[in-house]
Amino acid sequence: MFTSFFQNIINALQWGSFYSMIALGYCLVYGVLRLINFAHGDIFMVAAYLGFIFITFLFKYIFVGGGVSGWLILAITLPVVMFFTSVLGVFIERVAYRPLREKGAHRLYVVITALMVGLILENGNLALFGASSRKFPAIIHRSVISFSGVHITNLKVLVIIAAFVTFAFLQAIVNKTKIGMAMRAISYDKFAIPLMGIPVNKVIVFTFILGSSLAAVAGVLFGMSYPVLNPYMGMIIGWKAFIAAVVGGIGDIKGAFLGGFLLGFIEILIVSFFSSNLKDLISFLILLIILVIKPTGFYGVAKSTKI
Amino acid sequence: MSLLKITNLVQRFGGLTAVSGYQADIKEGSLNGLIGPNGAGKTTIFNLISGFYVPTEGTIEFDGTLINGKKPHEVTALGIGRTFQNIRLWHDMTVLDNIRLSQHYHLQYSLAGALFRSKQYYKREREIKEEALKLLDIFGLKKEADEFPKNLPYGVQRRVEIARALSVQPKLLLLDEPAAGLSSADVKELIDHIKWIHKNFDITILMIEHQMQVIMNLCEDIKVLDFGKTIAEGSPEEIQKNPQVIKAYLGDEGDIYA
Repeated sequence: MFTSFFQNIINALQWGSFYSMIALGYCLVYGVLRLINFAHGDIFMVAAYLGFIFITFLFKYIFVGGGVSGWLILAITLPVVMFFTSVLGVFIERVAYRPLREKGAHRLYVVITALMVGLILENGNLALFGASSRKFPAIIHRSVISFSGVHITNLKVLVIIAAFVTFAFLQAIVNKTKIGMAMRAISYDKFAIPLMGIPVNKVIVFTFILGSSLAAVAGVLFGMSYPVLNPYMGMIIGWKAFIAAVVGGIGDIKGAFLGGFLLGFIEILIVSFFSSNLKDLISFLILLIILVIKPTGFYGVAKSTKI
Repeated sequence: MSLLKITNLVQRFGGLTAVSGYQADIKEGSLNGLIGPNGAGKTTIFNLISGFYVPTEGTIEFDGTLINGKKPHEVTALGIGRTFQNIRLWHDMTVLDNIRLSQHYHLQYSLAGALFRSKQYYKREREIKEEALKLLDIFGLKKEADEFPKNLPYGVQRRVEIARALSVQPKLLLLDEPAAGLSSADVKELIDHIKWIHKNFDITILMIEHQMQVIMNLCEDIKVLDFGKTIAEGSPEEIQKNPQVIKAYLGDEGDIYA
């Protein structure tokens, strides 16, 4: 009983970490653009594939003989994947969202565009790699730390640490830096920003870089933890993370972060008592009830739209 | 010397001509008024100057640089600050943060410096805070520094907005109806504040205003706009006597008594 309790907590923390890292990406873009970037889950998927491609490339051409530390490979892979995922995020912003914004399109159209971008990423991937799943190369030897019956793999620890570190980093950026202050101001009212001499588009691009980088970290770590990749893997986890962000209070990064963990805990709790078939059904019922009681989420503030 | 030179400015929105053939030559250090009935195109002219719209025709030259077609943040960087008819403060950030955002953004330290708190970071932060507090002090807002604008009375919010516009250290300040919605006591205070900043800041001011008390008290040169066209210009005395202005504001007497 005791051991399974701790085992479940570790699992919940790990899943919560994935949800949180993705939810933060939704939250950042929503804060700055008031746009729910539905393509974000698929950006996460692309990041996992980029990790897969890059590591395969490394093994094939650079570290041919093997014998290289997996941690070194991870240390090389992460920044590279973060960079290319950011390029993708900024590219999407540039070709899909910005033109609409500059034409003064209603937000609804931008949200629909985001859904389409997500579908394009999924199907583009399908066209490139086919429908069969890909196996993410195992780079880090999975070691199990056990104490009194609780098994923790090094990967789980890594995922949880990564989530907390990225969150702390994000908090510092938003609260302590000039660009973070501009991001906060934009989230309240975009209109007066250029009058302070601040280029709005630059801040938006920076936001997409941050959000996409987080998705990249989540994508690579997810690939390492659950090494089966398919083009639709981003959809359901993206939606779940989005809902987690809303429950936490979208627009506040603390809220999104906690929302991700809340969902992780709810899911694991349900699995430990019921059949795992019921996992999504019951967890979303719970989240629905939370939203009915508190529509703004835990950290959200009721706000009327001013457009 | 002329600071802002506008020639033959035209702005059309679809079939509507909001501004037609507006000309202006605003001298450095002057205090200018722009008046006219609702819908005359006054705010449109402000939006054209500050880069929110790109003019259909005409040129806007500021301090020797052609600025039409430039983005709002570029125009601001050149030295134009403005306020809005309906107050656009960041209501969920403190008054102090509202004021120091512009300076904060142009700080000279790196992202890493901010994250790891270099010495230079603290020093600049302190300087900016002091500068911002000084600016607030001018408007008698020092004790409101940590309040949220949404909790402040309307007249105080107006002052915060003018202070914020000044925080970008503009050469030209555009005030869009600064006295709108103010009590007569607040209006008097506002006139004093504008006089003070005009004298002490080495600044040129162009203001839109409906309250004649403000315009006649402050402005040296006034332009009257009606349906996008300039119908009169001159000193306050001249404007007050101009029959066309009276007609535009009060309607044609003949219409009433006919």
